This record gives sequence, C-alpha cells and structure tokens, in this order.
Amino acid sequence: MNTLILRTVAPVLTALMLLFSVFVLLRGHNEPGGGFIGGLIAASALAIYGIAFGVSAVRRAIRFHPMAIAGAGLLLAALSGLISIFAGVPFMTGLWIYPEILGVEVPVATVMSFDIGVYLVVVGAITSIALALEQEETEPAEAIGEQPLVRVKRPRKPAHKPKERG
Amino acid sequence: MAAPSTDLSAALVLAAPAIADWLVVLPVVLMIGVGALLMMVRKSVRLHGTIAISGLVLLVLLDAALLMRVSIQGPVTMVMGRWLPPFGIAFTADLFGSLMALVSAVVALAAGVFALRDIDAAGRRYGFFPFLMLLMAGVSGAFLTGDIFNLYVWFEVLLISSFGLLILGSEPEQIDGALKYAVLNLIGTTLFLIAVGYLYAIFGTLNMADIAGKASGFRETAPLVTLTALFILAFAMKAAAFPVNFWLPASYHTPRIVVSALFGGLLTKVGIYALIRVTVMLFPVEREELSFVVAISAALTMVIGALGALAQNDLRRLVGYVVIVGIGNMLAGVAIGTPAAVSGSILYALHSVVTMTALYLMAGEAARLGGAWTLSALGGLYRRAPGFSAASLALFLAAAGLPPLSGLWPKLVLLKASLDIGAWWLAAAILLSAFIVTMALARVFLLAYWRPRSEPVLEMVPELVTAIDWRIAWPLGCLTALSIFFGLFPETVLDLSQRAAAGLAEPSAYIGSVFPGGAAP
Repeated sequence: MNTLILRTVAPVLTALMLLFSVFVLLRGHNEPGGGFIGGLIAASALAIYGIAFGVSAVRRAIRFHPMAIAGAGLLLAALSGLISIFAGVPFMTGLWIYPEILGVEVPVATVMSFDIGVYLVVVGAITSIALALEQEETEPAEAIGEQPLVRVKRPRKPAHKPKERG
Repeated sequence: MAAPSTDLSAALVLAAPAIADWLVVLPVVLMIGVGALLMMVRKSVRLHGTIAISGLVLLVLLDAALLMRVSIQGPVTMVMGRWLPPFGIAFTADLFGSLMALVSAVVALAAGVFALRDIDAAGRRYGFFPFLMLLMAGVSGAFLTGDIFNLYVWFEVLLISSFGLLILGSEPEQIDGALKYAVLNLIGTTLFLIAVGYLYAIFGTLNMADIAGKASGFRETAPLVTLTALFILAFAMKAAAFPVNFWLPASYHTPRIVVSALFGGLLTKVGIYALIRVTVMLFPVEREELSFVVAISAALTMVIGALGALAQNDLRRLVGYVVIVGIGNMLAGVAIGTPAAVSGSILYALHSVVTMTALYLMAGEAARLGGAWTLSALGGLYRRAPGFSAASLALFLAAAGLPPLSGLWPKLVLLKASLDIGAWWLAAAILLSAFIVTMALARVFLLAYWRPRSEPVLEMVPELVTAIDWRIAWPLGCLTALSIFFGLFPETVLDLSQRAAAGLAEPSAYIGSVFPGGAAP
C-alpha cells in the first residue's frame, strides 16, 4: 500500500481524523459520541499513518509506547472515580466545577476526565494491536518488547528525499 | 447552573458514605491503578517488582481492614455514582466475600514475592506484574461486588488477565494449553452471561440483594430451577467440577510455576465463590431441588481427581489433580446446603487457596532443586534441602487433610454435615478421596524426597544452591506457617466461616446493607 497517493494524503488524513476524534470525544458528553468511539477513530488514524509510512514512523510520532498510553488512560479513569472521596460522595459520582475561561463558563467534570481516560485506553490498546499486526517481519519485534528498538534501514524513506540533493 | 428542584432522594444516595465504606471499592481501584502504573513504566523493568509488591502489601492491609469492619459491623455497601440500588451498581462486602478477598490478597502477595525470583526480565517486560495486578483487580472485584452482571464483568477481567499470564513465554505447549483453557472458559462465561440475561428477564434486576429478596415471589411463576441449573453448570465449569473439568489438567501445568500457583489457588475458588453466592444465597430452594445432581458431581470430582493424582508422573499435573479433589469437597458442601456444610465449604476454600498455591510453589522449587518435573527423575531432595522438605511434608499433610494441619478441619465439618443428613456415600467419597490423595502425596515424598538420588536423565540443569533464596523461602515458609497455624488454632476461622455461612443462609443483613430503608419495590 505504499503508493504516492496514500503517502501524500495520509498526513492530512491522520491530522484530520485525530482532530475529529477529539471532537467526538468532547461532543460525547451530551450527544452521541464519547471516549470509546473517539478512541477508535484516533486509533484508525494512526493505523492509516502506519500503512503509509511504516510502523516505526508511527512509534516515533506518538513518542510513548501505545501500552503506556493505555496505562495512563486507565490510571486517569480510576483517579476520576476516586476524586469523589474528597467530596463525600460514593465512588464514581460525577463532580462538576464551572470555571470561567475568557468570560465563558466551561463546565469541567470528572465524567469528562473518565471519558478521556477511556479514550486513551482505547487509543493505546487498539494502536498497539494494529501496530503489531502491521509490523513487517524485517522490523524488530518491538511489540513484544524483547529487544530495544533497533533502527532498520528502510529502502523507502518518504518525504525526505529532497534533502539529500543539497 | 440553577439548582434542580426535583426530589433527589428518590434517585440518589444523599447521605455521605463513611470513609471506612470506601474499603469496599478500594481494593479493586488500587489494583487497577497499580496495574495501570506498571503499564506506564513497562520499560523500566527494575521498578516493576517494587511497585507491584508495595501494591500487594497495601491490598492485604486494605482487605484486612475491610474484614475487620465487616466482622464487627456486618455487610458494607457502596453504590457507584450514588445512584440508589438496584439501579446503581452496588459493591457489597459480607463476611464471605471479604474473607475470600483477604486470603486471595495474601496468596497474591506470596506469589508476587516468589515471582521476583521466578520471572526473569523478559517475562517482566512481557507484562507479568501488570497482568498480576489486573488479575487481582478481577478477583477482588468478583469477591466484593453485589451485582450479578458486575460479577460477570470481573470474571471477564480476570479471565483476560489469566490468558496473558498463561502464555507468558510463548512456548508451543503453552499456546496449546491456553487454547483449551480459553475455549472452555469462554463457553463457561457465555453460559454465565446467558443465565444472567435469563435472570434479568425474570426479575428485572441484577442486584443480588434485590434478587435474594424477590426470589420467593417468583417461585410459582418462573422457571427458577432451570435458571439455577444454568448457573450451576457455568460456575462448575469455572470451578473445574466433573464432568466439565478436563480443561484444568490440560492447561495448568504449562505456564510458569508461579502462574500455575495463582491459578490453582485463586481462579477455581472464584468459581466456587460464585456458585455458593448464587445457589446458597439467591436460590436456596432451587439448590435443594438440584442437590442430588450436585452431590453426584461432587463425589465423582473428588474420587476421579484423586485417582488422577495417583496416576501422574509430572509434579505439576499431580498438583492440578489435587486442586480438583478440593473442588469436589467444596462442591459437596454446596450439595448438602445446610449452614454447617456451607461453612465447611467456605473453610475448605480458604484452606485450599493457601495450600494449593503453596503446593504449586513447592513443586516449582522441588523441580529447580532436583532438575526435573517428573517423579521418575527426581530424587534425594530430603538430603539436599531438609528444611524445604519439612515444609513440603507439612503441605502434603495439609492437602491430604491429616491432622494437625489446616486441611483437617474443613473435611471434618463436611463429613459431619453429610452424615447429619444421612448422605453416607458422600461422606465415604470424602474419606476415600482423602485416602487416595494421601497415597499420591506420600508417593511424591517417597520418590522425590526420600529415594536416594540416582543418575537420571535431567530435563534441565539443577541449580546448585546452598542456601534457599529469601524470595522463595519467605512465600513458601509463610504460606506453610499459615496452614500450620490454622491447623493448630482453628477457632477464629471456624467461627468466621460459620458466621459467613449463616449470613448466606439468612441474608437479611446483606439485603439490609444494600437497602437500608427496606427492600426495593
């Protein structure tokens, strides 16, 4: 799937889909959407990027290992439930604050941080599965984590060709 | 935002929960949180052990505090998101649940310490400790939840973690064992889910306290015996009761020994826990109808398991069959169903969690010292490690149910309960299986420990250790000491298990804890 068309479109598409996934995540609070579906959209964005540029490009782009992202999400979700211990209400009760940002009242809730946690869990888990599946056999088995990541010389390094000219 | 003018007390819990009530959810939250943390630092393998062990120590303390509170004040409930039960998901800890939670936390701590030695860097990077934490989240959740669908969810959580643990190492025989384990457990889980759906169709509620209160009203109109039979089949599959137990001998000998220890100690007992919870507390009348079938299954599980243990050459497989014998004993208590018998089952479950985990760890250590898993190749352990051999002998006696160890008391309680209702053949099966297990374990001691070491064909190079590592000595020693202690001083646990069984037979305190103002309409 290493066509010029895909390689040209993929960065734009990925950026748009990531943006849309955040939109779906935030919209999900009161309307259809939410962390799970948003996370799936983000994971498919990363998968498209991986198809176009290879798995190690995605791993470099997201900086953290997908499983670490999933772990952070799980921790955020658990902590969102725990905040209610300080408010004297049972576990997982939704708590709200209404700070004014630039004159606009922005409701912020533990419900939302829980949903962001779900988003991160889904992004992390699905991305790590997708990357493991996209991984070519010539690439190091980073998904299992047996060895530290060794850069493999890839014949197709897209988009940086012009530099070598100068 | 304008304050809503509606009456919130109709939908929400308005009273602030006491800080101590948080003990009901904290074990699960702690395990999920620590598991998540370990996933985040998955590259820094050195930190894993420290974080995981401190998490498990905290879990033991939390569960101990919970048990103390429950034993003094009765069942504790917290509903998620302050929605009133039966609509909010309730976490309810009664004596039975918190006892099981505490003993499983202790065992997980022991296994975690053992794993510091047993699981190498590759296994840790693969995620042993995160999986262990999430497994414990599932196990604690299953013991503490008061909602039957939530119970299903925790079953899934522990099942998925157990898949991960089972294939740690990715050897072909592990994949083979994991496949059998996965398929049969998924069938069991699906049956459980179908039963939950059926139950919801009948009752319109999933809260266990609510179901227990309403069951008598549905006896005339709804097919509750069918429903209970479905639950019994699903949980019997989880608990490895005959005739749906063939997945256990096929898979439990394949993973790392510490994983086998966790599984043998915890997972089957979660099945037994769910079985007791559903049959004894929710559907006692229906359990009575089905008691004969359960009793036959219990007797066959015991005797066939014991014969299996006698026939094995591989230490791990042998211990697997000993686990099955224990399941048969616990099932016998469920079949008899009187509070005394159920207290015997609970006592047996507590004993079995500790002893079976210790037995697996012991088998691992024996194989490490002797260089083989098979009885035909092992030998001379007594001469090489007398202290370890003494601990092994104590565990063998405990598993066989001989005095003065912890295995004696539950068997005694169960025997008396079965003779009280005139089920002499069930009592005979308990005695017969105990006798055969004694022979099987005596055979292990004779061949692997007493027999002078010949020059066998070794399966692996035995490690030449002079002193036993503390990471092995402490878990094994403490679990053995626990078993000996409760063999010599059984009053506390006997009393606790009797009270737990009484709380299941007469769940008014449990219901009252979920519905303080009387049962839901």
